[in-house]
Amino acid sequence: MKNNESKNLKVEENLTAEEKEVLAKIENAAPHGDDRFIPTYEKLKQYKTMGIIVKIITYAFLAFFAFIILAPFFFMISTSLTDPISYNRSVTAGSVSLITTNPSLVNFRLILGGINPGEPGYSTLPVDLINTMASSTVNFMPYFVNTFIVAVVATVFTVITTIFTSFAFARLDFKGKNALFALLLATMMVPGEMMIITNYQTVNGMFGLTGGMLNTFFPLIFVHGISVFYIFQLRQTFQQIPNELFLAAKVDGYGEFRYLWRVMIPLGMPTIVTIIILNVMGSWNAYVWPTLVANGNHKFLMDYGIEWTMRLVSNGLMSLFQSDYRSFDTVKIAGSMVISAPLLVIFVFFRKYIMRGVSRSGIKG
Amino acid sequence: MNKNKYFREDADKPADLKSGGGDNVVQLSGENAVRPMKIKQGRTLPLWAKVVISLLPAMIFLTFFTFYPMINTTIIAFIEDFSWQQGAGSFSFSNFFRQMYLSGFTSATPPPGFDGGIFIAPEIPRFSFQNFGLVLNDLVFRRALMNTAILTVISVPLTIIISLLLSVAINSIKAFKGFFQTVFFLPYVTNAIAVGMVFNVLFSPEPSGIMNQIIQVFGGTPTAWVELGAPQGVEPMTKFSMGVVLIAQSVWSGMAFKILVFMSGLATIDKQYYDAAKIDGTRRIRIFSKITVPLLSPQIFYITITSFIGAFKMYSSIISVVGKGPTDFGGVDGTLWITVVGYIYRFRSDDLPRAAAGALVLLVLVLLITMVQTQISKKRVHY
Repeated sequence: MKNNESKNLKVEENLTAEEKEVLAKIENAAPHGDDRFIPTYEKLKQYKTMGIIVKIITYAFLAFFAFIILAPFFFMISTSLTDPISYNRSVTAGSVSLITTNPSLVNFRLILGGINPGEPGYSTLPVDLINTMASSTVNFMPYFVNTFIVAVVATVFTVITTIFTSFAFARLDFKGKNALFALLLATMMVPGEMMIITNYQTVNGMFGLTGGMLNTFFPLIFVHGISVFYIFQLRQTFQQIPNELFLAAKVDGYGEFRYLWRVMIPLGMPTIVTIIILNVMGSWNAYVWPTLVANGNHKFLMDYGIEWTMRLVSNGLMSLFQSDYRSFDTVKIAGSMVISAPLLVIFVFFRKYIMRGVSRSGIKG
Repeated sequence: MNKNKYFREDADKPADLKSGGGDNVVQLSGENAVRPMKIKQGRTLPLWAKVVISLLPAMIFLTFFTFYPMINTTIIAFIEDFSWQQGAGSFSFSNFFRQMYLSGFTSATPPPGFDGGIFIAPEIPRFSFQNFGLVLNDLVFRRALMNTAILTVISVPLTIIISLLLSVAINSIKAFKGFFQTVFFLPYVTNAIAVGMVFNVLFSPEPSGIMNQIIQVFGGTPTAWVELGAPQGVEPMTKFSMGVVLIAQSVWSGMAFKILVFMSGLATIDKQYYDAAKIDGTRRIRIFSKITVPLLSPQIFYITITSFIGAFKMYSSIISVVGKGPTDFGGVDGTLWITVVGYIYRFRSDDLPRAAAGALVLLVLVLLITMVQTQISKKRVHY
């Protein structure tokens, strides 16, 4: 104790005049001025008040951006439920409102098969829209059917090939495996436009046919059906399965393919689900490739006198509203809504899986 | 003697084993006494057969639709005079050989009986950098480069900063956390073309358009954001006004994925750091810049690379906002906001070598971006 005091004294003695001045200043500033001398309880109180303020700011910030995200959806719903004539009226009046006073399904009915004269809702269509309808019919149903077929078949194809390829890279030891895998990974860097340029030529000249396999399901399903990214993801998952499991399975008399089926696929299921989700979403939203290869009627059904459009939802929407229906906002918005709705509905039901799957794809292993 | 217990013949002789194994062998009665493990040798395929079975389907498709196109597009980009290819529209090489074959490898006239489309006398193609010269001197391509750079440089940092702040905000709250997470993810599952169309109507040229109404509330003049023909009393569209719409659209639809990745990154950060900072009374801005950002740097790096590359390939969002078809990028001649990818698609049908050269330039740019960012990340990213 004594020792300590003398030490303190010594320190005080050793200070220069300048330092003493600073020390005095700090002591004067003490209870409230300098931050370091505020008592802890007061500091805690301050921290808590700050916390509440920060919380309010945080919620306000989040609410503001949530509004920005939601506003277009809200706009979509309300505009698609407005009948064209009242929408036109509000445009002329100078204020499109966000809330419809009397909702009508006329836009949706127009898009999903058209409206004949005399049917309810026909009177809410302006003259120019009726004229356009007479010259070019609209029906989104075939687009939905096509997109559904493509999404399902392409996903099955992709999942099967991805499983087998990643299995080979993760489990089998063959010569040149690493070189081949590096080559595959390198193609991930190459922009898809390079492939699309030639693939269009290839599909166009396929099997020596005039027009090749354009306007069939083949290019939509198979040409870009294999994704190196998925192979990479699934191989990572497969490699994390401990080798002991394989040895145990081998003892039980499992061959490699049985091991794949009974052990690797069940263990890799989360990644496979991710691949399914991403692939379905990708097929549903594909635009560029379908525009090039599927923009007319089905090639082979044409021979039987059946006119079946090959368009998918995205390019169907675009091609419809780039020309005839361009100026009809309510119909346009209803179309956008109709093609976005299926994925949004699926999202509502499988929110957890989809978000987990997509975030899994974002984290590189 | 003991070794023999692994053989089947000896299994029938428990007594023998017992004498050999001493007291340690557990004695069971019956036939199963010391039955050795039976290793079933199933019908196993040789390794090469397994490799072929599992790799072949994918490799066939990859060869035809990934590897071959890369090589073929590169070759097309270097071919000086592409005319011998035109009109037949098949594989460039196979088509070349077809034409050669049809001409009997000698004459420049079609063989008798030829009716397969346009016949062009085959020549050995000359390879040069001519197409690249054409592309790089093309004013439209330069504009495409400039536009792409502008859109990337503005939209990527903006989106990343907003998403980072939003994900930190979501992470810090308890009530409504799931709600906000879901809401911010919605744009990801919405069709891009549909979003573009909705933005097209939101930014409608009429004074009654939603955006124009908002602008008028704040005392601005209504603008024809993307449409060429402006109604009476409406500011005509400019490059700037359309750029605003494009940036708004790309930020709106780009946030979802980034927030998701940042959220999953934030979930892995140890709470201890925040508790320690809290005890020290560290200010929140400092916590954000000294703890959150450094510990989130792998995710930030990943997102930066992917969104730079993604923004460089911007295409369908622009044409859907313009809404005049797959090769119209706004403006009088449809090239106002053309991007590099847009350039490729615009010239794909008329001038294939030029599109191919553009695609190669895009490849080089993407590689450059990745290289530069990897170099930067070596210094900045904490793993």
